[in-house]
Amino acid sequence: MDFNAIVSAVMSNIVFYLLAFIIIVFALMMVTSKNLVHSALFMIVTFLGVAGIYVMLQADFLAVVQIMVYIGAISILLVFGVMLSRRDNMDRSNLNNSFGVAAFFVAAFLFVIITRLMVATEWIGLVSTRPVESTAGQIADLLLGPNMVAFEAAGLLLLVAMVGAIILGKGVDQSK
Amino acid sequence: MITLQHYLILAAALFCIGLFGAVTKKNAIAVFMGIELMLNSVNINLVAFNRFLAPAKLTGHVFAIFIMVVAAAEVAVGLALIISIYRHRKSTAVDDLNLLKW
Amino acid sequence: MSQYAWLIPVLPFSSFVAIVFLLKKSKAASAAYALASMVASFVVALGILIEKVQDPKAIEIAVNWLNIPEMGNFRGLNVQMGLLIDPLSAAMLFIVTFIAILVTLFSIGYMEGDEGFSRYFAYLSLFAFSMLGLVVANNYFQMFVFWELVGLSSYLLIGFWYHKPSAADAAQKAFITNRWADFAFMVGIILLFVYFGTFNFAELGPAIEHTKDAAFITLIGILIFIGPVGKSAQFPLHVWLPDAMEGPTPVSAFIHAATMVAAGVYLIARGFILFESSETTMLVIAYIGGFTALFAASIAIVQKDIKRVLAYSTLSQLGYMVMAMGVGSLTAGMFHLTTHAFFKALLFLGAGSVIHAMHHEQDMFKMGALSKKMPVTTWTFVIGSLALAGVFPLAGFWSKDEILLAAQHHNFTGLFVLGVIVAFMTAFYMFRLIFVAFFGEKKSDHHAHETSWLMTLPLVLLSVFAVLAGFLNSPWFYEAFGKSFSTFVFFGEPEIPHLDLGVAGLSTVAALAGIFTAWLIYSRKAIPAESIAKKFSGLYKLLWNKYYIDDFYQWLFDKVMFMTGKALDWVDHHIIDGFFDGFAKLVGFTGSKLRLTQTGALQNYALVIFGAVVFFVLLASTPLLGGVIK
Repeated sequence: MDFNAIVSAVMSNIVFYLLAFIIIVFALMMVTSKNLVHSALFMIVTFLGVAGIYVMLQADFLAVVQIMVYIGAISILLVFGVMLSRRDNMDRSNLNNSFGVAAFFVAAFLFVIITRLMVATEWIGLVSTRPVESTAGQIADLLLGPNMVAFEAAGLLLLVAMVGAIILGKGVDQSK
Repeated sequence: MITLQHYLILAAALFCIGLFGAVTKKNAIAVFMGIELMLNSVNINLVAFNRFLAPAKLTGHVFAIFIMVVAAAEVAVGLALIISIYRHRKSTAVDDLNLLKW
Repeated sequence: MSQYAWLIPVLPFSSFVAIVFLLKKSKAASAAYALASMVASFVVALGILIEKVQDPKAIEIAVNWLNIPEMGNFRGLNVQMGLLIDPLSAAMLFIVTFIAILVTLFSIGYMEGDEGFSRYFAYLSLFAFSMLGLVVANNYFQMFVFWELVGLSSYLLIGFWYHKPSAADAAQKAFITNRWADFAFMVGIILLFVYFGTFNFAELGPAIEHTKDAAFITLIGILIFIGPVGKSAQFPLHVWLPDAMEGPTPVSAFIHAATMVAAGVYLIARGFILFESSETTMLVIAYIGGFTALFAASIAIVQKDIKRVLAYSTLSQLGYMVMAMGVGSLTAGMFHLTTHAFFKALLFLGAGSVIHAMHHEQDMFKMGALSKKMPVTTWTFVIGSLALAGVFPLAGFWSKDEILLAAQHHNFTGLFVLGVIVAFMTAFYMFRLIFVAFFGEKKSDHHAHETSWLMTLPLVLLSVFAVLAGFLNSPWFYEAFGKSFSTFVFFGEPEIPHLDLGVAGLSTVAALAGIFTAWLIYSRKAIPAESIAKKFSGLYKLLWNKYYIDDFYQWLFDKVMFMTGKALDWVDHHIIDGFFDGFAKLVGFTGSKLRLTQTGALQNYALVIFGAVVFFVLLASTPLLGGVIK
């Protein structure tokens, strides 16, 4: 094993654990924060971390889409939502309900179980290396080729969702 | 060396945190955030599987894109609903939305 | 001619359909169509009879009505609708259609002015159709179908004046009593099918002869015999027949002479091979018949209602027929059925004529001296009574003799003696009726008058037959033509008719003694009837109340069945309903509690879903349960 390979392996380890640490810590902060605006901001950091993970997985196109859609659109949309339904005291805008303990145990057990399964499973046919190349072209081929119908349906879904959101947001005029 | 398991366990952790958030939050917008976390964890899974099991074809990426599409649509409609409800009830707390209760 | 046999039942049916759907409005058209269809049936039946006399070979025509092929364990089912034309059914077809014509003719006069005139003829046609369909049946299944149709149409006709409560009750009584018997009949048929795999008479004959299972044959025989016990009104299911008098009188004549009650006797004749294969069955048939003959005759002696006397007389004569079958002589039973059809139709139509003239007065002690006002009715009635009493040389003499001869021949001395006693009683009660109603002084202020020709013509026709029908089975007839009734309708070997002077003398003496006693008591008043009644008041009361059998049934229904019903009702309400109500309450209670788990809080559901995932994964992985997870 040559030196470059060792460096790259160590580097990828460092980067992964760093990203994982960021993702998990900010996700936890997001769900525990009492301020809704803070939660939204923590979420953006988490999404950024996920985008980093996509880069590590050589999914360059998805990483870009993640940043554009999740951070650029969804997060901003959520912040808008927060602002439109704002409370007087933002510090108490994101309280927990009474399921806290139960939810904690369920989530914790679920995590333990899934982890246990992941570790115990003997994965076969794994490919460790993959040539570095841009994925955008191939995704375009897939979306406009074999998955055309689904792609069009997704477009339609977005259109319908947009129309629905407008109608819901505008409110129906009851007088008519 | 970072293997498939690492990504899967990370995704599981993110999923469980998202679940915890979705179940415990009072505010509907916060519930949404939890759900977005869960969707993200699924995306990580899909991409990770694609990378390690069948890197030649990017089907996993296409799946992830569709999930993003659905998530975007969901958030758009969901937020519109929340705002509509807020207009009527001056609250976005899920607990208050119990009209269908017995 | 046999190929047109299907016309015989179909014509009256067409009349029924036509009247119900088309001719209802027009009384004249209804009656005319009904009469025309009966006459046409009669012509066909006559043709068939003549053909059968020349060539007695049985002809069978059948179509598959319901055919389910054999499938695995299922043996298959083949139900036919068909025609079986042999001497027995040919003779029966002739009798039924002949009586039907006369009854229809008579009814036109009798039912004049009745509101339900058209309806009456529709029912009458249906009745004739059912009976004729039964007669030509070539299998038990078809017979049962028409058997039930006979029951239905008799219900409709007995309850014809349904606004009269007594008529409606009588119709129900007839129907329900018959249902009891029909149920046993049905079970018998089903067993027969299960055992032999066919309903067909012709196929059953050899199958029954070859079977070894005597007990089973006896069981089936007795079950099927219960059918005739109901239809032919044998003891103990006879109670409906006297009440059936509530219907119009021509209907009574039809029921008593040719259709309903004859159906039972005809069934015994049709299935004779089945009954004959079991000695026990034959004994049961013979003794039930004999007992009914004596029992009904004794009741007839004290009745006052003219139609009731005739009704019990029919019961008694039916007992004779069944007894004749039971002692083993199909010929004697069928011959008596034939002759009886003529003179009993005559007597009933005569009674109908009297009742019509008396404006629906039926108590014979309120009549008297009718002979001067209604000569035709009176003399035809006397002829009928003489025939029924069995006075030489009228029809009843020959057929009754045949029965007594059969009883003697088969060594049933008890039944023979009983038959002679019943002959005496028959003569007595018939002439009691004649002396009281037609002769003697006027007992009430009535303005009886002779009825129209529509009603007297059938009487005259029937009285001719009542006189002559007996010769069909006389030795002289045989000598003249080389044929007789007994060489035409028989089971096994044909018998050549002969006159046993001893038996004939004995029965004639019994009949004449009966007439003489009646004359002594009711005409000469040598011994006043009242004093006899007083002297034997216990017996008189017993007979007057028909041995309290109706009261016993009433008690049985009122007390036993009603109480059982009440008890069962209590069980139903408190135990069964209680059980299910409790169940419902339990479910309701559980629901009201479990409802609380449905919080309506969305997150709660999500939590439960994931909690369940955790729970089931843990459950599946538990080593105790054969954990699948390492």
